[in-house]
Amino acid sequence: MNRSRLVAPRLAFIFLLGCFFFNYPLLSVFNRGGDFFGLPPLYAWLMGSWLALIALMAWVAERSD
Amino acid sequence: MLQGSVIVLASLFYLGILFAIAWYADRRADAGRSLIANPVVYALSLGVYCTTWTFYGSVGRAAASGIGFLPIYLGPTLLFALAGFILHKMIRVAKTNRITSIADFVASRYGKSQLLGGLVTVIAVVGVIPYIALQLKAVSNGFTILTNYPEIVMPATAGAVPLLQDSALYVAMILALFTILFGTRHLDATERHEGMVAAIAVESVVKLVAFLAVGIFVVWGMHEGIADIFSRAATVPEVARRLASADSPSAYGSWGTLVFLSMFAALLLPRQFQIAVVENVDPAHLRRAVWMFPLYLFLINLFVLPVALAGMLHFPGGAVDADTFILTLPMARQQEGLALFVYIGGLSAATGMVIVETIALSTMVCNDLVMPLLLRLPMLGLAARADLSGLLLEIRRWAIVIILGLGYVYFRVAGEAYALVSIGLISFAAVAQFAPVVIGGLFWKGGTRDGALAGLAAGFVVWAYTLLLPSFAKSGWLPDGFIAHGLFGVELLRPQHLFGLNGLDEITHCLVWSLLVNLGAYIGVSLQRVPNVREARQASLFVGGAEAAVSSGWRGSAGVTELLPLAGRFLGRDKAEAAFARHARQRGLRSIQELPADARLVSFAETLLAGAIGSASARAMVASVVTEEPLGIDEVMNILDEASQVRAYTKELEQKSLELTRATAELREANARLRELDRMKDDFISTVTHELRTPLTSIRAFSEMLHEDPKIDLAQRSRFLGIIVSETVRLSRLINQILDLAKLESGRAEWTVAAVDVTEVIREAAESLTALFAEKRVMLELDAIEPGLTVLADRDRLMQVMVNLLSNALKFVPADSGRVQVGASATPEELRVSVSDNGPGIHAEDQEVIFDKFRQGAGTTDVLTDKPQGTGLGLPISRQIIEYFNGRLWVESTPGAGARFVFTLPRQAGDNDGLATEDGESHSGRTPAGGAASDSGGKNNGVMGGSQ
Amino acid sequence: MSHRVLVVDDEPNIVISLEFLLKKEGFVVAVAGDGEAALQQAEQFRPDLVLLDVMMPKKSGFEVCETLRANPALAGVKIVMLTARGRETEVTKGLALGADAYVTKPFSTKDLVARIKTLLG
Repeated sequence: MNRSRLVAPRLAFIFLLGCFFFNYPLLSVFNRGGDFFGLPPLYAWLMGSWLALIALMAWVAERSD
Repeated sequence: MLQGSVIVLASLFYLGILFAIAWYADRRADAGRSLIANPVVYALSLGVYCTTWTFYGSVGRAAASGIGFLPIYLGPTLLFALAGFILHKMIRVAKTNRITSIADFVASRYGKSQLLGGLVTVIAVVGVIPYIALQLKAVSNGFTILTNYPEIVMPATAGAVPLLQDSALYVAMILALFTILFGTRHLDATERHEGMVAAIAVESVVKLVAFLAVGIFVVWGMHEGIADIFSRAATVPEVARRLASADSPSAYGSWGTLVFLSMFAALLLPRQFQIAVVENVDPAHLRRAVWMFPLYLFLINLFVLPVALAGMLHFPGGAVDADTFILTLPMARQQEGLALFVYIGGLSAATGMVIVETIALSTMVCNDLVMPLLLRLPMLGLAARADLSGLLLEIRRWAIVIILGLGYVYFRVAGEAYALVSIGLISFAAVAQFAPVVIGGLFWKGGTRDGALAGLAAGFVVWAYTLLLPSFAKSGWLPDGFIAHGLFGVELLRPQHLFGLNGLDEITHCLVWSLLVNLGAYIGVSLQRVPNVREARQASLFVGGAEAAVSSGWRGSAGVTELLPLAGRFLGRDKAEAAFARHARQRGLRSIQELPADARLVSFAETLLAGAIGSASARAMVASVVTEEPLGIDEVMNILDEASQVRAYTKELEQKSLELTRATAELREANARLRELDRMKDDFISTVTHELRTPLTSIRAFSEMLHEDPKIDLAQRSRFLGIIVSETVRLSRLINQILDLAKLESGRAEWTVAAVDVTEVIREAAESLTALFAEKRVMLELDAIEPGLTVLADRDRLMQVMVNLLSNALKFVPADSGRVQVGASATPEELRVSVSDNGPGIHAEDQEVIFDKFRQGAGTTDVLTDKPQGTGLGLPISRQIIEYFNGRLWVESTPGAGARFVFTLPRQAGDNDGLATEDGESHSGRTPAGGAASDSGGKNNGVMGGSQ
Repeated sequence: MSHRVLVVDDEPNIVISLEFLLKKEGFVVAVAGDGEAALQQAEQFRPDLVLLDVMMPKKSGFEVCETLRANPALAGVKIVMLTARGRETEVTKGLALGADAYVTKPFSTKDLVARIKTLLG
């Protein structure tokens, strides 16, 4: 983590982003009926944004080599 | 056909493979070619977070609450986003201080407190045992279900099975054996278990693959994809309700709480701390784990909701426990192999958790609970025993057995009261109590041992009351009346609605109250005092991270001869010698014997021991040899006392130094004042000397001339003699006046106070000077004098003042045209006398100076050098006299237009103050008018003081 | 040729005594009662030696000494300072300002005369 001083702060930004993604009020936006490519919107949102955050974390953490 | 024997054999075979992996990894580690020094292994081993609670329980929770299983995995994801700040720091701190467990971490942070380490251990054991029970239950249930294949039969209630037929008991025994084999084969100074980590990483892969296999089978084998499951689910109302979450504030609150809670759990659960911090090989591995561990969590949860929905569609009516869907769905489709694989996956999840958790707990129990107690008991004579490493391993083995035994007991008694997922959350809430002291300890230097003890104890009590006791009550262990009606029937004390807090689920409710009191007590008690020396040093080590100077704080020293046997007792002789040899090489020495007996060696030995027995015990043991005491505990106390004494002493010194500074300032000021007074005295003496020498000069010169030259004519002779006489008179007068002034200033003058007729005094004074005035042909006018003015005063002194003023005026007026006027008047309050002349006048800047001793008026500021006749003491003396009677003397003048000297004397003050009754008496050194005279300032300042 | 001496002092009796004494010893004597008069006299009288009191009105002996020494026309004149204040610092100051000798009051007439004669060689 030392190689780039910006890794930790960047990851911390992702943390804040995640706190926003995974909590009220954003969740209430997706917490409704209907479907999104056959999936319930809340489920699709959580799994989708989760995966996106993981990808972002991977990019930030591994990029600084 | 899945017979019991097949399943047992498969299980043992799987465990055998794991053990082989572990053994191989240990071999590799011993050979210096570590198998686990790999970021992927590190990331996979973190998967120990996913236990049977995940493996079986997630599906159950999803079946009960839809998406509600997810926060448990979102939290750790967020935690790893903060890894750069929290985990990285913890790892570096732990490596620097050879931290062996979370109890050790907390104890070490707050001054290596054994008490604190013990408390953390107790909380961890109490909090985690239900969680272990859960694993036993899951494995045992899985085994039971699988043995009934192809029937799908739910296992009987845990307590209903006779003890010896209970598969959970055998599971517990096998796991205990396995854990002992893994964890306590040898004692390592770093308390790292490479083989175990390798096995855990493999287990993570196994359980993930098993889960994914079921998921793929359910989604694509039983249905036509995920969308198919969801669309089917939507048609069944009972199932469709799981597709969306409850849309209420409390539901979102619970959701947020779980995210938050699982964040702490992924850091603070003993097994997580063990894997993430203690077993970490290289902090740089975090870079990979940061995303790989969340990805692992993502993958293992990918099929949870589809499997749950499929299970509900397939087993309607709730006949089959949702927690078993992952196993029962393949069984229902006669997939024997897959079912067995799932069972092995579950076994993986359980063994991984149990092994790491019990190793971590047994280390804590041994280092932070049992060893400190045993070392305190002198009757055991442990401190004198040559080799304690065997005893340490023995304690750990027993700790493992007891912990698993307790887990089994809990499972038997309380196992059925809760769904799997709830038991896990109880443990989460327990370890969340470590959050304030751990995270606070990493970032706040002000935390103290007392604060940490208070916070942990308070949080633990609230946790037990609001979550643990109700779980006991619901299991029938305790009467459950207090849940509904509160303790002692007090409504406000209802454990799950404490102080009337409603609308929260029990976990959120517990977390709100326990963390509130925990944090409050931690901070509040910490702020009661500043950290002591030991706490402050540890605080800077932890908060400052690895950059902080690593100084042990040891003041004494001990040599290799003491320290090596000590380390050998706990580590074994060979390991200790190897470590010491390594240390010697690092310091550039050839052999152990060359190591100097210094603080650095002591620190090294302490750190080495800390790896084996924990930092608090290590400190105590090292203290025992450093100070050559048979037992260390008292000595540690002494060191602590000494530290606080040094601190107190330092404080005292600071205080003294402050006082000294103040005293120095005062002295300096006094000295400056003295020097100023000294200078004034010097000036005065120098001036007096000058005044005395001047007439003496004339007298001597003329005397010598007359003496040596008898031929001087008569006229000259008599002129010279006349000068000698007048200079002698001048000298006498001067001496008299100096003595007079000294007397006035020192307050030793004699006063004869009586009613004085001022008019008469003025006339008398004027008469005595008539000849002089006539000689200079100066007019003296006494017309403006009111008759019959009286005042209480000393007649002679008043006369002296008048003569002074008149002769002073005469001195300065021109001959022939000179004019001096005297006026006197009175009001009932005061008498006023003035002497005016038509002399050259006095410059404004000199109008006060002339009242100084030896300063006579003449028109330049350097008045001393201007010397008309007279001594220069008349005016100062006059002023002293007037001020003695509370009057004032001053001059009014315009240069070139003469001067007017005025004095006033109060009539009332003197009349009223008993002076009248002592008419004619002599007072020596008394201040009349009730001391008011001294208020006029500077009266008694000694010979050189005086003038204003 | 007899030497010329200027006596400067604000004490008339001292001036009288010194004038008498020095005239008796054969010097040509002039007198001044303060510093300004002394400088004036020095220009006109052209003394070989000045007997100079320190404590005087208008211009102190030190100032007079300084002024005299600054005047190249009076370069050769000897200066004897007289003071009633026997402080070391004053002696030093006087000598530093260019006085040739320093005599403390009251002085022995014999010593003073001898001193003056020595200075005038």
